[in-house]
Amino acid sequence: MPQGDYIERHRRDYGYRLDHFERKRKKEARAVHKHSQIAQKAIGIKGKMIAKKNYAEKAQMKKTLAMHEESTSRRKTDDNVQDGAVPAYLLDRENTTRAKVLSNTIKQKRKEKAGKWDVPLPKVRPVAEDEMFKVVRTGKRKTKQWKRMVTKATFVGPGFTRKPPKYERFIRPSGLRFTKAHVTHPELKCTFNLEIIGVKKNPNGPMYTSLGVMTKGTIIEVNVSELGLVTPAGKVVWGKYAQVTNNPENDGCINAVLLV
Amino acid sequence: MEAKTETAAAAVAMEEREIINNVMCLLTDPDATPLGAPMYLPQNAGPQQLQQIVNKLLNNEERLPYSFYISDEELLVPLSTYLQKNKVSVEKALPIVYQPQAIFRIRPVSRCSATISGHGEAVLTVAFSPDGQQLASGSGDTTVRFWDIGTQTPLYTCTGHKNWVLCIAWSPDGKYLVSGSKSGELQCWDPQTGKSLSNPLTGHKKWITGISWEPAHLNTPCRRFVSASKDGDARIWDISLKRCVIVLSGHTLAVTCVKWGGDGVIYTGSQDCTIKVWETTQGKLIRELKGHGHWVNSLALSTEYVLRTGAFDHTGKQYSSPEEMKQVALERYNKMRGNAPERLVSGSDDFTMFLWEPFISKHPKTRMTGHQQLVNHVYFSPDGQWVASASFDKSVKLWNGTTGKFVAAFRGHVGPVYQISWSADSRLLLSGSKDSTLKVWDIRTRKLKQDLPGHADEVFSVDWSPDGEKVASGGKDKVLKLWMG
Repeated sequence: MPQGDYIERHRRDYGYRLDHFERKRKKEARAVHKHSQIAQKAIGIKGKMIAKKNYAEKAQMKKTLAMHEESTSRRKTDDNVQDGAVPAYLLDRENTTRAKVLSNTIKQKRKEKAGKWDVPLPKVRPVAEDEMFKVVRTGKRKTKQWKRMVTKATFVGPGFTRKPPKYERFIRPSGLRFTKAHVTHPELKCTFNLEIIGVKKNPNGPMYTSLGVMTKGTIIEVNVSELGLVTPAGKVVWGKYAQVTNNPENDGCINAVLLV
Repeated sequence: MEAKTETAAAAVAMEEREIINNVMCLLTDPDATPLGAPMYLPQNAGPQQLQQIVNKLLNNEERLPYSFYISDEELLVPLSTYLQKNKVSVEKALPIVYQPQAIFRIRPVSRCSATISGHGEAVLTVAFSPDGQQLASGSGDTTVRFWDIGTQTPLYTCTGHKNWVLCIAWSPDGKYLVSGSKSGELQCWDPQTGKSLSNPLTGHKKWITGISWEPAHLNTPCRRFVSASKDGDARIWDISLKRCVIVLSGHTLAVTCVKWGGDGVIYTGSQDCTIKVWETTQGKLIRELKGHGHWVNSLALSTEYVLRTGAFDHTGKQYSSPEEMKQVALERYNKMRGNAPERLVSGSDDFTMFLWEPFISKHPKTRMTGHQQLVNHVYFSPDGQWVASASFDKSVKLWNGTTGKFVAAFRGHVGPVYQISWSADSRLLLSGSKDSTLKVWDIRTRKLKQDLPGHADEVFSVDWSPDGEKVASGGKDKVLKLWMG
């Protein structure tokens, strides 16, 4: 039996001391004064801690009081007009948040043509070649240095098979390959785990784009068919662009923001 | 003995020869009343010949168009082709049902004629006046707007509501427009001046879900209308007294839909899964229709279109006196209804619909199943022959209006279908959807006739004008669009 409950046990067997409850009451009544004494005298970090705790307690108490007040006093129902009007037949339905119909396709095409993107991350840190690639030495004497290994996260298509070693100039390690990205919809403020369709543009150069390298600021194409977005013509949108917002090679995942 | 068999054989041979050429047919009207005795018709007769026969038999002065149905399937080819294809026994009389068609034809809308901005929030409801000459819309910016159809510009902006305008309804004589808002008050507007006719009519404690006017053939000039609310009551209001006359309370949950029937009763559908039928002089409950397993979303009457348009028809004739209007409305109503009782269709959250004949029985006539999501809107065609239903399963389905049998499904939308509207000749159906498009469907071919993209966001409300010239639609993109043929 643990030693800790000897007091309870004694009380169970013999009952409380005769003056137990009076002493308890008095102690509780004096505790406030005692606490105040300490709080006034304490200085330095201890004083700060006590003050902070007292403040938190007081704020909590005020909140609780206000809440009780609220339930007794009659309030008018909120009469003010809200945004996002819906017809009567949708009023009782759960309003699922939903993407606004995306800015029309013409705009997007025009953007594509100009090659300029109004993207969340307009500037990216340039990644030098020696950071992007690691030199792999080959040959019996390890003297040949024509092979490179990509040190960043990559996307390779589903039907990809590696070339024979003699012809494989760039190795994309399978540990750094990604097929899915966490894509945030900026208007809905929610994140979906979506499949990557391809790498649209890597700002560091066309070679990285063709290799499928995903660094911070890369534009990737993701499959948004689950989101149920439609074009103004009423067709389902399934591919949308997104920009990578983190450093995937450091984090082990890809975070991106949808370009709307 | 010998001779007798010979003659019998000859008779059989004769008959066989006749059967090759002729087929015994029985022409009946949609209520299965036969038109004359069964007759032999040549097998090469097609719909045109049948039409001539029917016109002759009915002694029509003008040739009216009819379509012909054999066991609910439209006859488009000569009889012989049909008989061969379907292997119908020629020993019994072949029953052919003739359905009168509208004598006018409405062109399908194909283009957007105007995009009128003006509302500051989503357009929640649009409605043409019964004569098709005026258009009004209610919006989330708390205003009701009247639009000039001729110039396609805003006409009046009516402020006065405190919250989103959820429903609007034109009186069948076109003299008033009533609007109901989310804060529960109703306002009556004069479409000629755009002014409010009274202070807000208050009484409902929650938002208004539906408004329906008393039909013109029962009372002209129009005075009374009924409104349904989320608070579970329906109220009958009188505009000349400017107050609530009768409160119809009995539903335990929100009333979602209300219709004032042509026989002077009110139907209310509610979220408590029942439909109640009320009598209108004292507001007594006369019938309760139970059957649905979930909310009742929408009601439709077989005579709804004629009740909505009142005395106005496709000819665009205007009437001078209320008495004349009442007379014409009554004539139109009786012609539309025929001898059959009023039919009611209810669409529900339990994915099914019921066809009722509330005057005959409190049990449903048919249960119409097939939708895979809730049914949001049901609508009888103007001639009462079809029922169309819009559902959140992205399809519009077509049902037989008298038997409730499934006829066809229109697929094509990629989002839930919110609202549907019929053209006045019952040949075309319009649907508006969450996928931001409108689609026009052809009832005869059961195919998509026209796809109308253009809205930038969900389409909340569609209406085909009773004169068939225009379609109006409003949605979340805050603009009102007018479409023409």
